[in-house]
Amino acid sequence: MDFDYTEEQQMLQDAIGRFLEKNYTFEQRREIVASRIGYSPTVWEGMAALGLLGVPVAADAGGFGGGGVETMIVMEALGRHLSVEPYLGTVVMAASCVGAVGTKDQKDYLLPLIMDGSMRLACAFNEPGGRYDLNHVQTTARQDGGFWILNGAKSVVLHGAVADLLIVSARTSGEPGDREGISLFFVNPGEDGVGGREYPTYDGMRAAEITLDNVQVSHDSLIGVDGHALPVIELTVDRAIAALCAEAVGVMEALNAATLEYLKTRKQFGVPIGRFQTLQHRMVDMVMHCEQAKSMALLAAVKVDDPDVVERRRAVSAAKELIGRSGRFVGQQAIQLHGGMGMTDELAVGHFVKRLAAIDTQYGDADHHLDRFATAAQTPAEPILAKPRSRWKQL
Amino acid sequence: MDLNYTPEQLAFRDEVRAFVRASLPHEVSRKVIEHKHLDKADYLTWQRILFEKGWIAPHWPVEFGGCGWDAVRRHILEEECAAAGAPPLISFGLHMVGPVIYTFGSPEQKARYLPRILSSEDWWCQGYSEPGSGSDLASLQTRAVREGDHYVVNGQKTWTTLAQHADMIFCLVRTSTTGKKQEGISFLLIDMHSPGITVRPIITLDGAHEVNEVWFEDVKVPVENLVGEEGRGWTYAKFLLSHERTNIAGVSRSKRELAFLKAIAAKESDGGRPLIDNVRFRDKISRVEIDLMALEITVLRVLAAESAGKAPGPEASILKIKGTEIQQALSELMMEAVGPYALPYLPAQWSNHWLGERVGPEYAGPLAARYFNMRKVTIYGGSNEIQRNIISQAILGL
Ligand SMILES: Cc1cc2nc3c(=O)[nH]c(=O)nc-3n(C[C@H](O)[C@H](O)[C@H](O)COP(=O)(O)OP(=O)(O)OC[C@H]3O[C@@H](n4cnc5c(N)ncnc54)[C@H](O)[C@@H]3O)c2cc1C
Ligand SMILES: Cc1cc2nc3c(=O)[nH]c(=O)nc-3n(C[C@H](O)[C@H](O)[C@H](O)COP(=O)(O)OP(=O)(O)OC[C@H]3O[C@@H](n4cnc5c(N)ncnc54)[C@H](O)[C@@H]3O)c2cc1C
Repeated sequence: MDFDYTEEQQMLQDAIGRFLEKNYTFEQRREIVASRIGYSPTVWEGMAALGLLGVPVAADAGGFGGGGVETMIVMEALGRHLSVEPYLGTVVMAASCVGAVGTKDQKDYLLPLIMDGSMRLACAFNEPGGRYDLNHVQTTARQDGGFWILNGAKSVVLHGAVADLLIVSARTSGEPGDREGISLFFVNPGEDGVGGREYPTYDGMRAAEITLDNVQVSHDSLIGVDGHALPVIELTVDRAIAALCAEAVGVMEALNAATLEYLKTRKQFGVPIGRFQTLQHRMVDMVMHCEQAKSMALLAAVKVDDPDVVERRRAVSAAKELIGRSGRFVGQQAIQLHGGMGMTDELAVGHFVKRLAAIDTQYGDADHHLDRFATAAQTPAEPILAKPRSRWKQL
Repeated sequence: MDLNYTPEQLAFRDEVRAFVRASLPHEVSRKVIEHKHLDKADYLTWQRILFEKGWIAPHWPVEFGGCGWDAVRRHILEEECAAAGAPPLISFGLHMVGPVIYTFGSPEQKARYLPRILSSEDWWCQGYSEPGSGSDLASLQTRAVREGDHYVVNGQKTWTTLAQHADMIFCLVRTSTTGKKQEGISFLLIDMHSPGITVRPIITLDGAHEVNEVWFEDVKVPVENLVGEEGRGWTYAKFLLSHERTNIAGVSRSKRELAFLKAIAAKESDGGRPLIDNVRFRDKISRVEIDLMALEITVLRVLAAESAGKAPGPEASILKIKGTEIQQALSELMMEAVGPYALPYLPAQWSNHWLGERVGPEYAGPLAARYFNMRKVTIYGGSNEIQRNIISQAILGL
């Protein structure tokens, strides 16, 4: 048993911490959020230079070769600074998805472009009316000559409009709700028939509604095995969830630090309000929630790489459930203990609270994961198939 | 023991219901029910309709233009208005300063201000809180110094709700710095159009402009705008607070929100079935509903005691705490119900007249902003911590 970071992990933590302290103050973030594109190309370049965009990419592909723990280190820091950069979609999700099931050509082409910062990706897995279900896929893909033709709609795609490339789930057979028959495709957003509508989300990010109207993509746009993508989608989303849990811990730590400072400095009735026992105990509860969250984020970070799918699923969903609850408590109490000041747009507090609420909503809220946790063993755990089977024979 | 309305009360309820149905503009009620932004005109439209009917101030004595109704009739009116989606009445004039003026004000103040409150000619705001004086209100610093026939006011108020619309502000100001701090406080009525007043917006975390800073720089206020006696402002403020709290439970509004929540949960789908059939979510709705049922009876018990001549006491704190907790729980469940479509932040679409294509269902748009906005209810009007202090000290003797 060892909870310490390796020397390499420690260096990673120091590097990103220093970088964000310089480039991502709350005021700098405010400008980035208000900018036209909603993220910072300069910061993105800086992250590329530090090797942060290759954290989960295998070492033999030129990456850091990190696993869940390395991603956790990065995400905690991004959370502490309320980053709005497209890191989750591009690095945590797309890079690891391609790394898991992409062909050699796909990896050779994409991973270097992700790592050097020239390409951003977004994963479009969810659909209107599907809530958090990844197998609720109504978007269809059918073969036509040497192409795939995609039709459908994808909802609340984080950073969907700034992505240079989309990873889209579509049904190649079966009915919405089936686990079988789902496939993954690269879709160039510039392709004819791709519609995108960008909007801000309440936590300062950008998302998009994406429509696919007879979009024609080439045969090598298929990622992994036709009809067998759900296991890799689940793995990719589990990696995103583990990362979000770490981000939430970063947010909670920042909120707790701000609230504790406020309790010590805000005076009413001639004393710092931290002298009132009811507020002391509330603060203690906030800290305990955060410690529990940290433990679960750690568990999820380690177990997300576990080859036993049921183990992975249980740990990740347990973490998301607990962090949904603790995030809500810490967020609500941080505002309450700040009184009127907690309600303002001016203070960072409200922005942290909004991010925590959004994290609860991303890839399944606490209730969704409570259910997934309880039924983890009953849900099928199909293997991840990486090599396209007789792809060319289907032509 | 009888928890039912009498036949007369039932007949009255039907009359109120018919009136509200016939006169509340659909445009306005749709905004209220669907959590869309209400502008000044929406509030005023409804207040003027009630004024024309003579029902704008059911709690005021008849001699000042009220209805002089008992607590049950008042409750019935409130209930019917809220259920139908009427905007809340702006309480600063009607529920706060009005009763202070008719109880403690001079004949001139009564004649001048009360009719204008009833007709909504004056929009009032409340100037109590200051940057350094929130829960510890009695420590307030805004100074009023008497110079001949007027006071000169200097200082800053904050969190002043809807001061951007206001014609008048009632303020607690310090007229003396000696003795007990409560005894140096006076109650002043100040014209918001006076030279030296600056209103600066405070934007809240949901992006709304609802509260303001109000700055006073050598503002001249005629001495006849002092309510009652100098140094007795704290007593009047406490009287007012008890009025502020009786309808703070917001039971009727919460019932309407509960119905809206159920309607959303029936429309949202989860795993191919309506969300409301998901036992996990349905139980959460039911639990809030049960709390709300209990609170309604608690409110009626307090009203009955009030009708029997007991002034509202510290029990009002119980209503405030439970009422606001329920309001927050409902807003939380609504946001939760719409899942990922809580995320888009598109205030321009929260309108009856949005012509473009919407992102997500129309009902989902404002729900996250509303959830964040509703964090205020456990902070303002005496925070819930302060309310618990009141109960423990005034009721339990701790
Ligand atoms: C089953 C059992 C086994 C025990 N075994 C042992 C043992 O082996 N050896 C031993 O020495 N003792 C033992 N104890 C005693 C135990 O340590 C005391 O009960 C405990 O310290 C509380 O003291 P008290 O019962 O006098 O309650 P009090 O101290 O009178 O407390 C009453 C209540 O007031 C609260 N309270 C008190 N002070 C504060 C404060 N400052 N702020 C907020 N709340 C406060 C308490 O939390 C409690 O809820 C045992 C007790 C039990 C019930
Ligand atoms: C949206 C909104 C609208 C408002 N509208 C108005 C208005 O129109 N007019 C007006 O005058 N004011 C208004 N207020 C101000 C409101 O009344 C104050 O915010 C409130 O009194 C709390 O004061 P504070 O914000 O300074 O917080 P503080 O008093 O600094 O409190 C900070 C925290 O400490 C806690 N606390 C403080 N003292 C104690 C204690 N003794 N024991 C335990 N806990 C304690 C509080 O509960 C809170 O959690 C509004 C506030 C908001 C948020």
